[in-house]
Amino acid sequence: MGLVMLALLLWALGWAANAALANGPARGTAAARLAVPLIFGATLLGMWELVVRGLEVPLVILPAPSVIAETFAARTGTLWEDFVQTFLKGALSGYAIGCVAAFAVAIVADRFDFLRRGLLPVGNFMAALPIVGTAPILVMWFGFDWESKAAVVVVMVFFPMLVNTVAGLADTGAMQRDLMRTYGASYLQTLVKLRLPAAMPFVFNGLKISTTLALIGAIVAEFFGSPIRGVGFRISTSVGQLALDMVWAEIAVAALAGTLFYGAIAAIEKRVTFWHPSHRS
Amino acid sequence: MTRAAPIAAQGAGVGRSGRVALRAKGMAHTLLPVMTVLAAILALWYLACIPMNAGQSVLTAARADVAVSPESASDRRGMSGLALALRNPGVAVAGAYGQDRARLPAPHQVAAELWAGTVGEPVSSNRSLIWHGWVTMSATLLGFVFGTALGVLLAIGIVHSRVMDMSVMPWAIVSQTVPIIAIAPMIIVVLYSVGIQGIVPKAVISAYLSFFPVVVGMVTGLRSPGSMQLDLLATYGASRLQVLTKLRLPASMPYLFASLKIGIAASLIGAIVGELPTGASAGLGARLLAGSYYGQTEQIWAALFAAAILAALSVGLLGALERALLGRMGMR
Repeated sequence: MGLVMLALLLWALGWAANAALANGPARGTAAARLAVPLIFGATLLGMWELVVRGLEVPLVILPAPSVIAETFAARTGTLWEDFVQTFLKGALSGYAIGCVAAFAVAIVADRFDFLRRGLLPVGNFMAALPIVGTAPILVMWFGFDWESKAAVVVVMVFFPMLVNTVAGLADTGAMQRDLMRTYGASYLQTLVKLRLPAAMPFVFNGLKISTTLALIGAIVAEFFGSPIRGVGFRISTSVGQLALDMVWAEIAVAALAGTLFYGAIAAIEKRVTFWHPSHRS
Repeated sequence: MTRAAPIAAQGAGVGRSGRVALRAKGMAHTLLPVMTVLAAILALWYLACIPMNAGQSVLTAARADVAVSPESASDRRGMSGLALALRNPGVAVAGAYGQDRARLPAPHQVAAELWAGTVGEPVSSNRSLIWHGWVTMSATLLGFVFGTALGVLLAIGIVHSRVMDMSVMPWAIVSQTVPIIAIAPMIIVVLYSVGIQGIVPKAVISAYLSFFPVVVGMVTGLRSPGSMQLDLLATYGASRLQVLTKLRLPASMPYLFASLKIGIAASLIGAIVGELPTGASAGLGARLLAGSYYGQTEQIWAALFAAAILAALSVGLLGALERALLGRMGMR
């Protein structure tokens, strides 16, 4: 019981520290902006550890963070193998294929207005559907290995990417297009010099949404059958063995991969769309 | 179609009311291209059935002593479906659309399965797609309502407390980049081991998935009133509660509905994935899994379309609600 009281004390301390930082003299600084969420996260982790130890929660319900960290450190080899299988082979290749294909289709659809008017409502509709349900079909077609996972990812990222790119290509003003016409620019020149750069904020929005979708697709597709490695495979089998520390370690891998992937795309976006108002301030 | 139509637009004066004529014109403007795209998809699907199912059609034909082009089965095994279909066009086309467990069932086969599962079975039967859809949808809705309510509450807290804003908001944003659905199997099994099963574990996953989009959207929405509007309420001497109920909440409605549409789609995916790991016996996810175990492709496709129809219905319902509500509030 003492540890639980300690957890409550830790919570009070963490909250007091954050309140002092957030309302104190350092409220606007970048350091405070970074410190407050970190303190909050650390407080939650500390409470998790103390409550699990204090109430002696069994491992099969909730392992303590320290146990998860131990498992993570002890089984980095397995985790790396799963990461390569699910992220590098399945998610990343599918992401690349899906985004490039959607981009190409969007450019064609933008060239022919009839196609754009037909594809956009269909694409919007498809983007809201539970496409991850195609996983069992694609696993049946492409086999158990990473090719089927890449196929699921392709289908999942295609429509959000298509809709965003088409919307972006339509985002130039009449004045800007008229200016290009007075320069005597051809369709291709207008596309490359005006409309593609103007579409980049939308394209990157699609790319960022797709990072999460790619990981979800690759992981869920592994629930329908996979070789004996992969994040989704390890999660479902470890859950079956009640090895929850391993499950949490895999979740940590997936979370890290997702955040870094998103961060990488956001960093590229910052360099490409430096002119956009949201990045200028 | 939110663009305001110019009064002098072409066709605006046709018919009894310009608005009706414009709407009809707008329908034709999108309906024809959409129909063309859908027809093209259907045609491609029918076309794809031929090579996809060629292996099975040729095998059946060879067993029925019809002459097929590479005569030995071992020669055929290495060939792709497309090559087989090209060398035996007649057999491949004839056999493509009637197979029982086709690799790619034809659209009419899926439609027949969907029809048999919805209209052809009594609702209480465990082969009825309406019954399975309801099992999934009830968990989705329960989780969606809880997730949305919690998300709105947290967003209100974040807007009013600087500490909560600075400590919780970055994590809420980071959580959007994490494939949280990976947690689904664990939630199911852990709740099962403490004796909770049935609808609640799936609803927990659904709630969890709809929670973060609502938080992020509602924080943006509650902050959307400008300083002029806030200042006006301050000059009226409005309390924080009054500012919340009279300005912030009404102003956040468009953002709320945008998040709700994302949230319900995510909730449905959560409920479907939540049915996968425990081998649940009911629900659309269970139908998908059972279909993939036994190679019942038509069953998979029918369940997939049922899920798509459910998602489309719920998003469409929210959209209609949004239009009606925002119309009454004079926001569009």
